[in-house]
Amino acid sequence: MVATNRIEVKKTYKLFINGAFPRSESGRVFEVHSKKGEFIANPCLASRKDLRDSVTAARAAQHGWAKATAYNRGQILYRIAEMLEGRAEQCAAEISTTTAITPLKAQSMVSEAIDRWVWYAGWSDKLSAVTGATNPVAGPYYNFTIPEPLGVVVVTASDSFIDFIDAIAAAVVSGNSVIALVDGGLSVPAMTFAEVLATSDLPAGVINILTGSLDELAPWAASHMDVDGFDISAISKKKRAELKVAGAENLKRIYIADGKLTPSRILAFMEQKTVWHTIGV
Amino acid sequence: MSFYGLVDGSEKSLLNFLNQLSGVDQVGAESRAAMLATRSIKTTSKRWAIDTAISMVDLTTLEGADTPGKVKALCSKAVRPDPTDSTVPSVGAICVYNDMVSIARTHLDSIGGEKVPVAAVSTAFPSGRASMDVKIRDTQDAIDAGAAEIDMVIDRGAFLSGKLGLVFDEIVKIRQVCGEKAHLKVIFETGELVTYDNVRKASYLAMLAGADFIKTSTGKVAPAATPPVVLVMLEAVRDFYSLTGRRIGVKPAGGIRTTKDAIKQLVLVNETAGPEWLTPELFRIGASALLNDLLMQRMKMDDGYYASPNYVTID
Repeated sequence: MVATNRIEVKKTYKLFINGAFPRSESGRVFEVHSKKGEFIANPCLASRKDLRDSVTAARAAQHGWAKATAYNRGQILYRIAEMLEGRAEQCAAEISTTTAITPLKAQSMVSEAIDRWVWYAGWSDKLSAVTGATNPVAGPYYNFTIPEPLGVVVVTASDSFIDFIDAIAAAVVSGNSVIALVDGGLSVPAMTFAEVLATSDLPAGVINILTGSLDELAPWAASHMDVDGFDISAISKKKRAELKVAGAENLKRIYIADGKLTPSRILAFMEQKTVWHTIGV
Repeated sequence: MSFYGLVDGSEKSLLNFLNQLSGVDQVGAESRAAMLATRSIKTTSKRWAIDTAISMVDLTTLEGADTPGKVKALCSKAVRPDPTDSTVPSVGAICVYNDMVSIARTHLDSIGGEKVPVAAVSTAFPSGRASMDVKIRDTQDAIDAGAAEIDMVIDRGAFLSGKLGLVFDEIVKIRQVCGEKAHLKVIFETGELVTYDNVRKASYLAMLAGADFIKTSTGKVAPAATPPVVLVMLEAVRDFYSLTGRRIGVKPAGGIRTTKDAIKQLVLVNETAGPEWLTPELFRIGASALLNDLLMQRMKMDDGYYASPNYVTID
């Protein structure tokens, strides 16, 4: 028999930085309510210092992640899909309680998100074959063009769990380390996703998730000199120009997704390197 | 020799002096250091602290893989830590192994860094396991090569087995070798001394024997310059000053990598020994990676956005 007078065990929502779940350095939280106005959770309201710590962690993790074989990266990403599959119900319930989406629709959304994650995972060992090239040159040289990851990429997501998954997967699959900024009710399933990441053999710092206010964090991400790419798809149109200006100082790649599922979103956070190599005798 | 009139140089008088020192309250020292670490230093105070910390850095490279090229590059960085900003002060000193001293001195002089002293680690650093004769010649060699500061290690084995007279005599002898030519810093390797009581004893022992500076660690052993250890040493120099009227310097080294760590150290100095110690003559930080973080924090304060390690040198 389940006792009705049992003390409720409520979940403390934290951030996901460097493979750990710290509270915000600022100690701040914000409230998430259901559509009907019922209190759901107190996710952390991340500060710019949390962002700075995430960038440090992401930078430290990036080299090892990019150096891992594409096959290994694909395996780890697939493992994340496996783990998310086991949490699908919880994710769907969180989506339907924090938004106007019906439970049935939420379930199919989570399934779609998992499918997309697997689709991205599959690209890890195909990118260089599909987008790289051996270029014809008039001389005794080989000339290769190889796609390489940018480095540290910040992505944003606001309303949709699928957008959140898309943004992270597209950046991380090629060997970038990622900091995802999410706000509002999406913070609740986003932290469930963080728990999935924590149990998927993903090296610490490769994906970091900060919940809070996009308006507060985005300018600091845009101007941060150690961030190489910034996906501002979830930022309102009015604020985008300002972020592009701030990102110009270190020639940050600023990207806005067009909503299509396409490998060009992966390539947006890669750069093509061309190498000349002499032909041996 | 008088040894401040507190001991007469015999082991017996030394033991008498050291045994009357009170023990360190471990819990108290740790909680005091932890409490001081929570001080929030912002805006203009932070700016002052960063510049003060830069001027106190003993920029160090003590690797088997050191080359003349690396030492020269480090010397250039010591004089102008940020080549794009001439308002950044020079560091306190360059700290290298003996054979690199003359290379560092010559290079510093050739680039306008005459005021930056070269410190040499001496007496069979980092273990201290060599005969006294070798230790003396090691020290003499460094001074002849142009070292203005000698960082000597104590014989921890002798200290821990109670041969305090031996440790004392070694410091006295090295002090004599240094003479007027070089400042003497005495390294305890606090990570090997086990207790705070030992750190306090070693501090007084070294100060009585003629140290100009007492230094926590070689940087080769962890834990190194933890805040409670530095607190105990700062208390020792403060009390030694009221006893003798002479101010001895303190140099934490090892494990201080971030601006936050460095500012915590400065708070400890100010609140324990007093503001008189907030000068490179009396407080130094032995570090290598720290300088880049200080420079990045300085850039952040100037530019208003977070800096990247891509814009400071790789040492």
